[in-house]
Amino acid sequence: MSTSTLPRPAKDSPRNRNRGGGIRSGEGRFGWLFTAPAIVIIGVFLVLPIFLALWVSVSDWGGLGSPINSQVGFVGAKNFAHVLTSGGLAEKDFGTSIRNNLWFVVFVVPLQTALALFLAVQVNRRVLRGRSFFRTAYYFPSVTSAVAITGIFAFLFASSGAVNSVIAALGGKGPTWFADPRGLFHIIAGLFGVGDNPPGLSTPAFLELSWWDWLAGPSVAMCVIIILVIFTTSGTFMLLFLAALQNIGVEVEEASLIDGAGPFRKFFSVTLPMLRPTLFTVLTLGLIGTWQIFDQIYILGQGKPAKTTLTPAFLAYQTSFKDLNWGDGAAISFVLFAIIVTLTLLQRLVLRDRDKERLDRPMSRLLANEKTAAEKSRSIR
Amino acid sequence: MNNSRKWGAAVLAIGMVAGLAACSSGSSGGTASTTNKPLTILIGSSGAAETKAVQDASDAWAKDNKTKVTVTAASDLTQQLGQGFSGGNPPDLFYMSWDQFQTYASKKYLEPYAANQANKGAFYPALTKAFTYKSKFYCEPKDFSTLGLIINSDKWAAAGLTASDVPKDWASLETVAKKLTTADTVGLAFGAEYARIGTFMNQAGGSLLSKDGKKVTADTAENIAGLTEVKKLATAGVLKFPSALDSGWSGEALGKGKAAMVIEGPWISGLKGDYPNLKYTVAELPAGPGGKSTFTFSNCWGIPAQSKTATETESLVKYLTSDAQQLKFSAAFGVIPSTESAAKTYATTYPDNAPFVKGNNYAVSPIAFAGAASVIADFNSQLEGIASGDPKAILSALQKNLQSALDTANGK
Repeated sequence: MSTSTLPRPAKDSPRNRNRGGGIRSGEGRFGWLFTAPAIVIIGVFLVLPIFLALWVSVSDWGGLGSPINSQVGFVGAKNFAHVLTSGGLAEKDFGTSIRNNLWFVVFVVPLQTALALFLAVQVNRRVLRGRSFFRTAYYFPSVTSAVAITGIFAFLFASSGAVNSVIAALGGKGPTWFADPRGLFHIIAGLFGVGDNPPGLSTPAFLELSWWDWLAGPSVAMCVIIILVIFTTSGTFMLLFLAALQNIGVEVEEASLIDGAGPFRKFFSVTLPMLRPTLFTVLTLGLIGTWQIFDQIYILGQGKPAKTTLTPAFLAYQTSFKDLNWGDGAAISFVLFAIIVTLTLLQRLVLRDRDKERLDRPMSRLLANEKTAAEKSRSIR
Repeated sequence: MNNSRKWGAAVLAIGMVAGLAACSSGSSGGTASTTNKPLTILIGSSGAAETKAVQDASDAWAKDNKTKVTVTAASDLTQQLGQGFSGGNPPDLFYMSWDQFQTYASKKYLEPYAANQANKGAFYPALTKAFTYKSKFYCEPKDFSTLGLIINSDKWAAAGLTASDVPKDWASLETVAKKLTTADTVGLAFGAEYARIGTFMNQAGGSLLSKDGKKVTADTAENIAGLTEVKKLATAGVLKFPSALDSGWSGEALGKGKAAMVIEGPWISGLKGDYPNLKYTVAELPAGPGGKSTFTFSNCWGIPAQSKTATETESLVKYLTSDAQQLKFSAAFGVIPSTESAAKTYATTYPDNAPFVKGNNYAVSPIAFAGAASVIADFNSQLEGIASGDPKAILSALQKNLQSALDTANGK
């Protein structure tokens, strides 16, 4: 491109840019115009429903017609109180759903993160043959519809399904997976001779559930869903880890090798710290996703057996659409929302602070050293 | 900067206004056409046979009335109805189930049209009562079903049992269930729910409500005895629930040959399509220490409150609940007509199903006051673990929850 064809470069100089008139006048206005469709769509389908749901959660709307009409009254925190402190069935259901989901999260998030990281490291190896085949294979469950995979799991874990057939062939007797409401820790406690409801733990403690119920762990049916979700999502997170791993330069690896680090030392002291931002992303996404689990629950039993797969997201749906208690349902959604936000912030605090400290500490030590050295040299002089 | 903020605010405001307008226009939407409005019916169908029968009947009516009726079989009726009402767009006519009726009526979802219908006196009084809320007869029952003991004839004969062995009481039920249980077949199966297990509690002489309907009597000795009997059968391994037999409901387990006896209603005839080789006989439920008892279930034809098409749908309901049409439904998918006269014809036409009609002489409706559904759902979830559970603890939890729901319902 020759200089003569350049269109008046003076126009682009910073001096002219903010002046009114000219070719760039009204740029902001056009910017808004072009983003307007997106803003309207997000506003109508996302922001507005959220505010509407917030209104429903503090109203006595009975599900008839629009929630915004003169017959619907404001009831304050009544719906929230009904779900959280009524002492009745609504509170117990909510407590049960939180208990179930809590155990679900406690098992799924660490396991899926560890598995995703493990898989990513394996398929990142330079010496592995058929790398792209393995990458595709591990990622495949993530692109397949959750409904299809859940359906297949329903067959695999049926009481006379493939899994139980394998267990039977090995001489064992598999449980009736989807009909078994016993908690994992209750089963283990039973092996050590601890009966149901040991004294001291059997009275309602928090959200109408006894500590014994809180400590039940995931039920056998919930364990299937845990396996299912780990199987489905670890592929997605593997991809995130893989991208991050490929950003770590060869020179870093070589440097650690020269410093005499073995493969384990290298992984835990070099690779893992460099993956910290990705780890944060994966944990956050995992945390949010697992607290919102709905599809698998809806397909596999809708809370059965004995409400041990009931989750807050499903409970909100059930309370609204089946029992027609729309206010309670919306209140449950907002409590769930608050839980997710709180936990995400907490996790951010935990991961981020340590990160900063690590970076800051050597730096401040370095500065302090320099300072004392300077002072020393001054005093010597 | 200032300028762009103004524009942003304007765009946002337009979006909000448009959205709010869309949300609040639900009730006024739709133009009122003059004549022959097409109607929609939402049904919870037991299968293709039922859907087709309802569609055929509606088409016949529509032809006479020069209109069009679309029948939709819901995959999840309660959810789709809830969605329809909250969206301000309910179907013109729908199946209203006995367990949700009181909740819908108390929330003013339903048009109390039944009291003005010409044939309001033709139905069984128990059914009329089931669809009455605050002494107003709301909607006309479309049919009814009672529970009976369905026996797989081949398995029965294979176990060396004869017609004289049909169980009359709990003891003989235990005996035959034990004889019928083999490695691949369980003697008895039914859903782990109040709508089945409740019959045992009633056979023991129990009930969930006091006679005047003001007090919950769930944790009585009779109810505990009924539940203990179920626990006994389950612990002995002669009773299993459908989910343990890889079946969605006990009828499926019967068809697959995984259960020899099940407790179900006349809808069991729908199995013929899936399992053409299945042979079964129907018996009345065995009596307990408190006598005979079974449940009667019914759906009614619900019309949404302030429906614009009420005149047409009322005429359609009149057609659908006529004796002739109800007997056609019976032929198509086995339900028992809701009118006393047609039910008598039914019993003579289908002697195999006569035990179901006979059962209606002593049948009771399961409790279904507004708000009871979620308590019963919780009770059902407890019943899944009855084999290892404590009947007394389960019933005292039910007592507490049901009483509080009843207080709420009566407080309104």
